[in-house]
Amino acid sequence: MKIMVAVKRVVDYAVKIRIKPDKSGVETQNVNMSMNPFCEIALEEALKIKESGLAKEVVAVTMGPSNCVDTLRTGLAMGADRGIHVEAARDLVPLSVAKVLKKLVEVENPGLLILGKQAIDDDCNQTGQMIAALLGWPQGTFASKVVLDKEKQVATVDREVDGGLETLCLDLPAVITTDLRLNQPRYATLPNIMKAKSKPIKRYTPEELNVEIKSGLEVVQVTEPPKRKAGVILSSVDELIDKLKNEAHVI
Amino acid sequence: MEKWRATTNLRRSLKSILNRQLKFRYLNEKRSCQSSFNLIRDCKSLGQVNAIQHRCFSSASTLVQRNPSFSTLNSDDISYFKGLLGEKSVIQDEDRLETVNTDWMHKYKGSSKLLLLPRSTEEVAQILRYCNSRCLAVVPQGGNTGLVGGSVPVFDEVIVNVSSMTNIISFDKVSGILVCEAGCILENLISFLDNQGFIMPLDLGAKGSCQIGGNVSTNAGGLRLVRYGSLHGNVLGLEAVLANGDVLDMLGTLRKDNTGYDLKHLFIGSEGSLGIVTKVSILTPPKLSSVNIAFLACNDYSSCQKLLMEAKRKLGEILSAFEFLDTEAMNLVLHQLDGVRNPLPASMHNFYILIETTGSDESYNREKLEAFLLSSMEGGLISDGVLAQDINQASSFWRIREGVPEALMKAGAVYKYDLSLPVEKMYDLVDDMRIRLGDLATVVGYGHLGDGNLHLNVSAPEYDDKILEQIEPYVYEWTSKHRGSISAEHGLGLMKANKIYYSKSTETVQTMASIKKLLDPNGILNPYKVLPHSLNS
Repeated sequence: MKIMVAVKRVVDYAVKIRIKPDKSGVETQNVNMSMNPFCEIALEEALKIKESGLAKEVVAVTMGPSNCVDTLRTGLAMGADRGIHVEAARDLVPLSVAKVLKKLVEVENPGLLILGKQAIDDDCNQTGQMIAALLGWPQGTFASKVVLDKEKQVATVDREVDGGLETLCLDLPAVITTDLRLNQPRYATLPNIMKAKSKPIKRYTPEELNVEIKSGLEVVQVTEPPKRKAGVILSSVDELIDKLKNEAHVI
Repeated sequence: MEKWRATTNLRRSLKSILNRQLKFRYLNEKRSCQSSFNLIRDCKSLGQVNAIQHRCFSSASTLVQRNPSFSTLNSDDISYFKGLLGEKSVIQDEDRLETVNTDWMHKYKGSSKLLLLPRSTEEVAQILRYCNSRCLAVVPQGGNTGLVGGSVPVFDEVIVNVSSMTNIISFDKVSGILVCEAGCILENLISFLDNQGFIMPLDLGAKGSCQIGGNVSTNAGGLRLVRYGSLHGNVLGLEAVLANGDVLDMLGTLRKDNTGYDLKHLFIGSEGSLGIVTKVSILTPPKLSSVNIAFLACNDYSSCQKLLMEAKRKLGEILSAFEFLDTEAMNLVLHQLDGVRNPLPASMHNFYILIETTGSDESYNREKLEAFLLSSMEGGLISDGVLAQDINQASSFWRIREGVPEALMKAGAVYKYDLSLPVEKMYDLVDDMRIRLGDLATVVGYGHLGDGNLHLNVSAPEYDDKILEQIEPYVYEWTSKHRGSISAEHGLGLMKANKIYYSKSTETVQTMASIKKLLDPNGILNPYKVLPHSLNS
């Protein structure tokens, strides 16, 4: 079985974000970029499944401008076998990503498609669900545990939902999106980094795949949330009561 | 050295009583501040008030006597300070005094009755002028993170703590020169500079609490010394207050200034014994965007050395940190700290090396590092390694290296030694100590391999003089034989006050004593520390 994992290049989770002066988006020039943490978890899960003998190949896919290949290299260094890069001039919205993935799935025929539950730059949490709908595949989102059964060709997924944990049984092929507690991603070891240099990366463009990537959304403005006001040190209980009554209106 | 042996005999009777009490308390209570405080009160009741051994939980130190020429605090003094600084900055509250009287390792505890919190250089000057006229001993204090007992009182010295002086006075974005007050916490300065696109030239595990005045006074080293050099090179100027209250304004912001004797270097590293540093002017390097960090494993110490040589040659200008830790250190960190995992879990290796590179061009630097690592691996120098792929992974590598002191504290009693040795010989000392101590204790070696600085730590469940006898003076003699330094970056403080002769000649120390006498004739600044007690009149 082949597993396909979609990975996204995002601003590094530990970086302090700044807004561009023209408020058109987040500053990404000269900022550390890395693989989306949830995508790392997705890739780690795919590698674990491969190491347990239930899959033969792990293919990492990314979409975006040419610097996205760095993320693919990280994925290959973690242990993915092949990489696919879909070249696109700017960031794609989840629906476009899902459409492209659908075409790639038709080409590659994986038995399992694993994605991170959301990207930390847009927090959309849409791609996994959309691609499952486009393909007509079952989906197990917010997975915190995945167990595959090869004979029965099913995946048992524990989902983290608001009320607790929900266990679903999905027929393969299926789409799984990963949540934080699924696993702890491995580090890229030196031998694997060296091997990654010779692993193949195939390039596509959206036109080659016959996918229309026009976005129906336009970002009008991006602003910072209002700054937290400084606290005030009060000198007596009377003053506190006065402020609670007259300023905060809570008593 | 002779005097030390003589006093040991004298102390034996007192010590045997102390030890019995000590073991009883340790077994029955969790080792905490509380038990050591009670013990010290008991010590006092055993008789000699002025000549107690202060390191109750730990090793033999020389018997320190309170200098009778120092006055004792009286109510007039308190009123004067209250009038000068205001009520809020004069602390006599017992609980707050307990904290400032005890050092970070809970090894040293003084009995000061007064904590002063000046908010300006002028206030510091007036405090010192008064204390000098009254002959009141003073301990300058900052973040109190020192490891040799230099930041806490030995007896009832007045504590002058600069934590309230936290202004950043100016920052020049073009030259990167930062001028700030001595009480600024290092981590806060790092955050401030981060917004401006610069970094501090020093970085240490204690950055959340240590203050720049203390860093300068102790000539702190840290993790980046191999790249940015010591504070002697990065501090462009400072303002210090002498014992008599005179303010020396040497707060220059010039890279080059050859006008007369460069006195600031006297204060850098003198551990508060020549003057209290109140302002610092420091050159900060620009923050470079590309930071890469690798965590590597080596089979033996000679591979570590060869790796260092190769790194200096092949990584050259982008190398910014080269640290090492041995298996015991790694084990300790994995056991004692939460949320830490071994980046190289496949097997336990003998040595772990952490290499960090900082440069301006991401792809170029990464390729350089990868090429270096590949050739080292092919050459058999490294047996395994990982390269951090994002900032989180990088922090987790640093957490391991920076967490070793914390893990040692949690593991029980620790004897800490900080030595500069020739790189080839460094680990021989660790091996020797393992043979000497056998099953008595675990010997852990880690440190700044790039600077030739070994942090030798001996970890045991409890303090025990049998262990100490095997360590001292063997470690100092070993270091002295190889012309190393018995204190690479921690300073002398109280712990090593009488050990200076292992690394400096008699004439040198005599000259130091003359300078001390010149700048502080009454000896009120941080007494009993840094220089040997025999030199005090």
